Amino acid sequence: MGDLNQQMLEKYRNNFLHEVEQKVDDGEWVKMCMQCGVCAGSCTFGPDWEHTPQKIFMMIRAGKREEVLTSSSMWLCTSCYNCMVRCPRELPITHIMHGLASYAHRLGLAPKNQPTRDFSLIFWENCTKTGRVNELRMTISVYFREGFVSGIKKMWALRGIGSGLMKAKRLNPLELFVSHGCKDKDGLRRALKKADEIEARRRGYAVQPRGYSS
Amino acid sequence: MAKKEYAFYPGCSSQLRGSAANYLVSVESMCEKLDVKMTQIPDWNCCGASISYAGSSELARHVLSARNFALSDKHLPGQDIVATCAACWLGGRETIEKLDASSQLLADTNEALKEAGLEYKPGTEIRHMVEVLVEDLGYEELGKPVVKPLDGVKVAGYVGCQTNRPFGIAGESFENPMYLDKLIETVGGEALSKYEEKVTCCGGSLAFCEPEKAQKQIKNIVESAYDNGADVICTPCPLCQANVEVYQSEINKAHGTKLNMPVVYYSQLLSVAYGGTLKEAGLDGHIIQPKKLQEIAVKVVKK
Repeated sequence: MGDLNQQMLEKYRNNFLHEVEQKVDDGEWVKMCMQCGVCAGSCTFGPDWEHTPQKIFMMIRAGKREEVLTSSSMWLCTSCYNCMVRCPRELPITHIMHGLASYAHRLGLAPKNQPTRDFSLIFWENCTKTGRVNELRMTISVYFREGFVSGIKKMWALRGIGSGLMKAKRLNPLELFVSHGCKDKDGLRRALKKADEIEARRRGYAVQPRGYSS
Repeated sequence: MAKKEYAFYPGCSSQLRGSAANYLVSVESMCEKLDVKMTQIPDWNCCGASISYAGSSELARHVLSARNFALSDKHLPGQDIVATCAACWLGGRETIEKLDASSQLLADTNEALKEAGLEYKPGTEIRHMVEVLVEDLGYEELGKPVVKPLDGVKVAGYVGCQTNRPFGIAGESFENPMYLDKLIETVGGEALSKYEEKVTCCGGSLAFCEPEKAQKQIKNIVESAYDNGADVICTPCPLCQANVEVYQSEINKAHGTKLNMPVVYYSQLLSVAYGGTLKEAGLDGHIIQPKKLQEIAVKVVKK
């Protein structure tokens, strides 16, 4: 992963905008930003962002590669799409933020233990295992991602919610043993593996190892 | 024969033992009363939701949606797909839009799908359940089966994000969509027209990984409902429902508040108004009991 970052640094030298245009989903839109700031003011977790989308767009143009890709900002996107519908230039801002986050992760530059990044990885692993999400296993993976003791503490703290959901028949320990899933989960996983190969071909990467790629 | 027929994409959270299991139950009883036939797409898969971007590529997410479309086309040809989950619907719409705009992405998607013996042919329509209600049936039709109008029930229509942005329901504004309020009034409830947090984000899936930040949003959403005199919050999105209902106890612990506001789906309002029982309307599936609706559900109507 570190190697890929080095390769990209050498390939694009100081032209981070060009790199974003070629490697980031919907990155070709970045140059269209006119710096009005509506996205920054519309963002759900905006006050918590280290750099707002508006700033990120300008930083990309200013070649602040390291600062953008190592930032926790994009990982605070809730996918509320407020920025996107309000942008006067109609930039797909939500998608660009996801794309930047995804690219940063790909290069190994995303902040370590970033909670949203970790959750995203857990989610994808979970839903592609059988073809459908297993909410109980996913929740346990999220709570135990920082270790056993912290996991137990988190589960204990939320025991009221857990038992409430069980009583409401919206959570069932049975899910630990039986999972919903696709009958043709093998076909689905083959298709996803192929998608990763195509993606790697298009972007000029090596295929990223995932749960279904072995 | 049913009045309307659709291919149904329920999504993961609606499954038995899932966090929105009662949503599916209420949708089924609502559709039965409306004579709408929904057939599940055989062997459907997860849409990838909006959160999987670090773990997946964009193409892989399109492959997920396109597999569902291809299965629908194969087994239920000619039927529009209906999703009840906001994220499922949004993900599907995005895939259609992207594959329509790029022949390369379409070819790549189909190259991957071939591994599962499937092919996606453009032309699929994916609709949200709410679109079926307000566009295909219309408010007048929706009012006809009402046997128990929700008299005196004050409802905060909480639309949230993903049924509203970026696609939304045709003809509605992003800042103040009216369809949910109209649905509430169609079944005799009182829609709180000054509910300020109608389109505020609940934090979405980040309620899992950034709980404090999400709970700040949820606190506002619930407190505004109280300020407007609501008996219940109503939403079209399973994640909004779960987040806004289940984290109230956590907010109370952290802030010393006494939030205890029930949160239900539009389909539960319709189901109760159409004479659905507690069970049929999924009103037995809550942590915070929607008492007013439960009282109406157990009431016997004179024929």
